[in-house]
Amino acid sequence: MTGTGKLVRLILRRDRLLLPLWVILLGIVPAGYISSFVSLFPTDADRVEYARVSAGNAGFVALYGPLEGHSLGELVAWRAGFLPVMIGLCALLTVIRHTRTDEEQGRTELIGAAAVGRHAQLAAALITTCAAGLVLGVITATAMVAEGLPVDGSVWFGTQFVLSTWVFAAVASVAAQLTSSARSARSIAVGVLGAAYVLRLAGDISDLGSRALSWLSWLSPIGWVQHIFPYGGNAWWPAVLTLFFAAAATGLGVVLLGRRDFGDGLLPARLGPATAAPRLRSPLALAWRLHRGLLAGWIVAFAALGLVFGAVGNSVVDLARSSSGLDEIFARMGGGTVLVDTYFASIAGLIGVIAACYAVQATLRLRDEESTGRAEVLLGTPVSRLAWAGSHLTFSLLGPAVILAAEGLAAGLTYGSIAKDVPGRLPAILGGTMAQLPAVWMLAAVAVLLFGVLPRLAAVTWGALATCVLLMLVGTTLQFDQWVLDLSPFTHVPHLPGGHLGWTPLVVLTVVAVVVSAAGLAGFRRRDLPS
Amino acid sequence: MTEAIDAEGLVKSFGRTLALDGLNLTVQTGEVHGFLGPNGSGKTTTIRILLGLMRPDRGRARLLGGDPWGDATRLHKRLAYVPGDVTLWPNLTGGEVIDLLGRLRGGLDTRRRDQLLHRFELDPRKKGRAYSKGNRQKVALVAALASDVELLVLDEPTSGLDPLMEQVFREVIREEQRRGDRTVLLSSHILSEVEALCDRLTIIRDGRTVETGTLADMRHLTRTSIQAELAGSPDGLAHLAGVHDLRTDGSRVAFDVDTDALEPALQKMIKVGVRSLVSQPPTLEELFLRQYQGSSK
Repeated sequence: MTGTGKLVRLILRRDRLLLPLWVILLGIVPAGYISSFVSLFPTDADRVEYARVSAGNAGFVALYGPLEGHSLGELVAWRAGFLPVMIGLCALLTVIRHTRTDEEQGRTELIGAAAVGRHAQLAAALITTCAAGLVLGVITATAMVAEGLPVDGSVWFGTQFVLSTWVFAAVASVAAQLTSSARSARSIAVGVLGAAYVLRLAGDISDLGSRALSWLSWLSPIGWVQHIFPYGGNAWWPAVLTLFFAAAATGLGVVLLGRRDFGDGLLPARLGPATAAPRLRSPLALAWRLHRGLLAGWIVAFAALGLVFGAVGNSVVDLARSSSGLDEIFARMGGGTVLVDTYFASIAGLIGVIAACYAVQATLRLRDEESTGRAEVLLGTPVSRLAWAGSHLTFSLLGPAVILAAEGLAAGLTYGSIAKDVPGRLPAILGGTMAQLPAVWMLAAVAVLLFGVLPRLAAVTWGALATCVLLMLVGTTLQFDQWVLDLSPFTHVPHLPGGHLGWTPLVVLTVVAVVVSAAGLAGFRRRDLPS
Repeated sequence: MTEAIDAEGLVKSFGRTLALDGLNLTVQTGEVHGFLGPNGSGKTTTIRILLGLMRPDRGRARLLGGDPWGDATRLHKRLAYVPGDVTLWPNLTGGEVIDLLGRLRGGLDTRRRDQLLHRFELDPRKKGRAYSKGNRQKVALVAALASDVELLVLDEPTSGLDPLMEQVFREVIREEQRRGDRTVLLSSHILSEVEALCDRLTIIRDGRTVETGTLADMRHLTRTSIQAELAGSPDGLAHLAGVHDLRTDGSRVAFDVDTDALEPALQKMIKVGVRSLVSQPPTLEELFLRQYQGSSK
């Protein structure tokens, strides 16, 4: 552990912009919800009504989690239900960035040769990330108290965020030991986070209806922190459970670190073929090798998501039947079908932005290949710049289509067979999902443009995507002007099934995406390499 | 067509840093040409311009009779390039990379590939992430040497190789030299390597060409180191023009002498009487140091 203090200072120095950015931004988001709830639902009666409808809305429950009470604090804490996922993501990326990434790139070796203990690097990464989580929680709690919410509830609310950071920092500490590549470590940790979210979602939706799968929420750390129910139950024992899990995972990470050699993972690096398969003779064949693992992972994950979303779709109908008061409202809104449509339309929107993550990831592979010098090797052969870029862009364009189709098919088939109407439901649900494609392409096009024209800022695409997610999550609640909401391509996608299928926005989005990508490629053909 | 590479007055700046400042480079077809300069002197930038990866701000470059930027794809069929810092795809094996690069260049001599793998003692079954820097470099070298191309562009190809492998590399390049139909541009800051391999060389510093020619052309610029034990005290040597850094220890002397002052210096010593004498030929190290001192005035 010698030298941990110095390494902590090194991490703080390297992340002096990034760390405060997510800590402060995510910490103050909930404060924004308070004023919007107060202005939209000024009286207690308004909030009771809103809570009653929301608690039974499958789309809302899927996104934010279960809602128990109707006080202002409970509503705000519930509305912030997606934040633990984003906080967990930031935490795990930070830990892996300062452990496995450094080790893979040889920076650890540089430090390891100095007087630094074997566990110092992991300790420093965990200490920094956990401290960042603590600060985030304090910011949230303080902001809540300052807005006049009860102190004990605010403390529990902040605790939710602190625990979200800690638990996924701990997950990352294990993932960082498993493989020798940072990319795989990130995939494993993000996979655990995704699984935690999906389990939580499936359990909570099932809880609305038949309750047969409610227990799934209890397999998820995100489910645990949400069952603290700040401002309502203020339950302490889910917090203890989460803390225990985080401690156990950290312990596992430390043990695994002690058992492996420097630079290696626990999963062994195997020998491969001595010669290339006859097919491996073009940039596209190489791109397929580089992208296929990632794409397969996304297809499996999206098919699983579709299965879950489709399976819980029926709970929405159950809910409408079981709750007589709501029944009347829903009947006026058009009955059970409309309800199911709304649910699947909001799921399609959610799936769309997640698919955009893949599209951006696949596109930024170009920048990754360039900055590591691998592009230089290829472009020193008779491969033209366009052929090389095109080989990767094939995956940014077709990849999202394939994963969206996997989700839409799985959801449509599952729900269709439950509702005994596959021919009717499958095309509607699949169509609603595929309608997201032009918006997804738009994000990929932004990545191509930045890569071609301002390559050093290519990673800013993630910021653009995060903006789209934020607009989707808080845009309507915070009552942004329409032109602000219109900045996100996902605002323009028709809400399907159920909504009106307007082709115009889809065509316009596609054309704009093509033009923007072409501009990016033109820039790339003209610029120096590497840049 | 006798010039494989012909660059004139290349200027390239990155922001405020001037990487190339009027660089000239001429490489004859069929020769092994050393491209020598300290780190950061502009070697890699020049090579990137020659490969059409970058465009110069000013100046003119011809490669195999074509325009490196405009005809890049066509010209690359006739050359193979080994970057100074080779990175491989982590999940591809070395063998796969060698085959892929060879096929992209339009064909690979598989017998030569296996021969080279054996000589460089490289295991082609390892994944890219498992190779050391030297082994990654060997992968790129084998791919380049086994390709049927006219021009090899090697950017500091031995910077990660151990001395034994450096020896193998020299043997292989000498074989290429004997074949005579291949042109090699070899950038390096390791002077003995260039000295051992190259027909002609170009020395650059701060983005400018300071010297170009054969090694013999440049010897007039250099000094010979002499260490001798004399019969008496070495009188008169200190005042001789062309003698530098004279150190005496009783009857032992050590000094550097300009090539054209070698004869008078020897005559002076013979007059005193010589018991033992060690003379070292000018190394590029010294030649290089002089260029350094010369241009930093």
